[in-house]
Amino acid sequence: MLAQILASLVDGILLGFVYGLAAMGLSLIWGVMRVINLSHGAIMALGMFGTYLLFTHLGLNPYLAILLMAPASLLFGFLVYGVAVHRIINAPYLSSLLATFAVNMMVIGIGTAVFTTSLYNVDFSLGTVRAGVLALPGTRLTAALAALLITAALYLFLYRTRPGKAIRAVANNRAAAELMSIPSAQVLALSFGIGTMLAALAGGLITTFFPFTILSGSGYQSKSFVICVLGGLGNPLGALLGGLILGAMEGLIPIALPVSWVPVVEFTLFVLILLIRPSGLLGART
Amino acid sequence: MKPWRQPGFWLPLLLVLVGGGVALVLRKDTLREMMFTLLMYVALASSLNILMGYTGYVNFGHIVFFGLGGYTGFYLISQHGWHLIPAALAGGLASALLAALLGLAVLRLRGAYFALATIGINEAARAFVNNFGPFGGPTGLFVNFAVYREYGGAPQALWLTYTLMVLTTLIVVGLSYWIKNSRFGLGLLAIREDEDAAMVMGVRAPTAKTLAYVVSAFFPGIIGTLFFFKNGNVEPGDAFRLQMSIEVLVMIMLGGNGTILGPVLGAAAYERLRGYLLTSPLFKSLHLAFAGLALLLIVLFIPAGLIGWLRRRFPFLRRWLE
Repeated sequence: MLAQILASLVDGILLGFVYGLAAMGLSLIWGVMRVINLSHGAIMALGMFGTYLLFTHLGLNPYLAILLMAPASLLFGFLVYGVAVHRIINAPYLSSLLATFAVNMMVIGIGTAVFTTSLYNVDFSLGTVRAGVLALPGTRLTAALAALLITAALYLFLYRTRPGKAIRAVANNRAAAELMSIPSAQVLALSFGIGTMLAALAGGLITTFFPFTILSGSGYQSKSFVICVLGGLGNPLGALLGGLILGAMEGLIPIALPVSWVPVVEFTLFVLILLIRPSGLLGART
Repeated sequence: MKPWRQPGFWLPLLLVLVGGGVALVLRKDTLREMMFTLLMYVALASSLNILMGYTGYVNFGHIVFFGLGGYTGFYLISQHGWHLIPAALAGGLASALLAALLGLAVLRLRGAYFALATIGINEAARAFVNNFGPFGGPTGLFVNFAVYREYGGAPQALWLTYTLMVLTTLIVVGLSYWIKNSRFGLGLLAIREDEDAAMVMGVRAPTAKTLAYVVSAFFPGIIGTLFFFKNGNVEPGDAFRLQMSIEVLVMIMLGGNGTILGPVLGAAAYERLRGYLLTSPLFKSLHLAFAGLALLLIVLFIPAGLIGWLRRRFPFLRRWLE
């Protein structure tokens, strides 16, 4: 029994790293520009299919494919920001919700036309690592490690480089940042690009252990909302912790309740946290 | 002001009545099916507009009331043999009750936090119904064919459902005019512009918001019961589609947020456009992408929607286009 709990917990936490990575992008975008990015899930799906195409048709190692996708998704993020978000960045938030949702519809629409909604998978394995009672799939360990490395890189970028500091300044107070001659439009575009990139990377990592369809993104997007609220909306590094909490919950709840109750617990918790502490368990800080 | 003297009042009602009445007069089944879907969206959009258009609170969970009210009504019909009319009212009341309970808690949140919470409520409700035994779990509920005997056969039952749909739509549209021009509605509009200022001026914001939420939730419950009764079955996937919530939002934006004619025209236009895109061979597989493009263009360039734009551009139309 104890072994089973331990196994589920570790399994959930490993998955939680990847969830956290996905939510980080959402949280960063919210923190910097107060936009809830409803195209997040669609972009994750794009990341999944990007990895799939590079792996299946060019025969690349999936991790190399994910690495190659990073700059492409950054550029895609700039494009989405320039076309859909920039014009309405100061409008009531309904506009940004609907604009990003429109992007979501376009991506999903084109994706459905090209790939249909059938199930795909990246047939890739790194064997299994055994440690005592635990049997851990290599791909999950690697994905968790990759998520940790990306988080560390994001942390260094935000706290140690000038563009990163500019992002934090704009998140803190856009008007004041502009007075300090920080080009806020470029900073916003950069944040949106990074948020998009994180979503695509998380999508790519997920393909190495779960099958997916073009519609899979929306489930992960909902999870990302829960994680963002757990970790503090607008606090990208808290998102990783939120991801771990959600992952652990997903590992542990099925021991006590049927698996299908997991979303009930997750989303009830989500609404409760919003009500009691809207800034999230860890508080909002960028 | 007598409302029936105001074109802004009777124009939308007349549109619904004529549009809905044609199918009743001609007695054509295909026309009825088309108009049922269309009126359903008109009524859903108008009822959401009472909350979103007037108070400015964006609700992504409007479809929760459609789903839960529909489930309640359908459960009473299929398991307890209730007649459609009391069952639909019970569905509406169940939704209104849920909204009252939720509203007291969730409406304390403002702006995007409220929007996020409603997304969470939608997901939680779907997951809950998926697991809830009496509602049939993931497979949902079916109506026994014998139920139709009470109405004199299946065709009569469907026509009755359609007539009730037309009536419900008329009531929603009429009520949204009445609310907008009442003291209560002016309070809601004040909340939309500036909630703190409205409270300083004596608007009881928490009560008013909750009441608007309850009114806007009552109708989806009725519509849900009618819709699922017409379909003969209900399952969680159909009842709680976040997509549908957002489509209704799009319809309101298309026609004009906070107007009365706007949601009516927006819902009709969106529904027809989707029908066209789905059936045309060229756009069939890309219909979602085109709908997205249309939405993006509206949000970026005419955020006030069709009616809002016309009202601003041609002030003499304001008396007609409320």
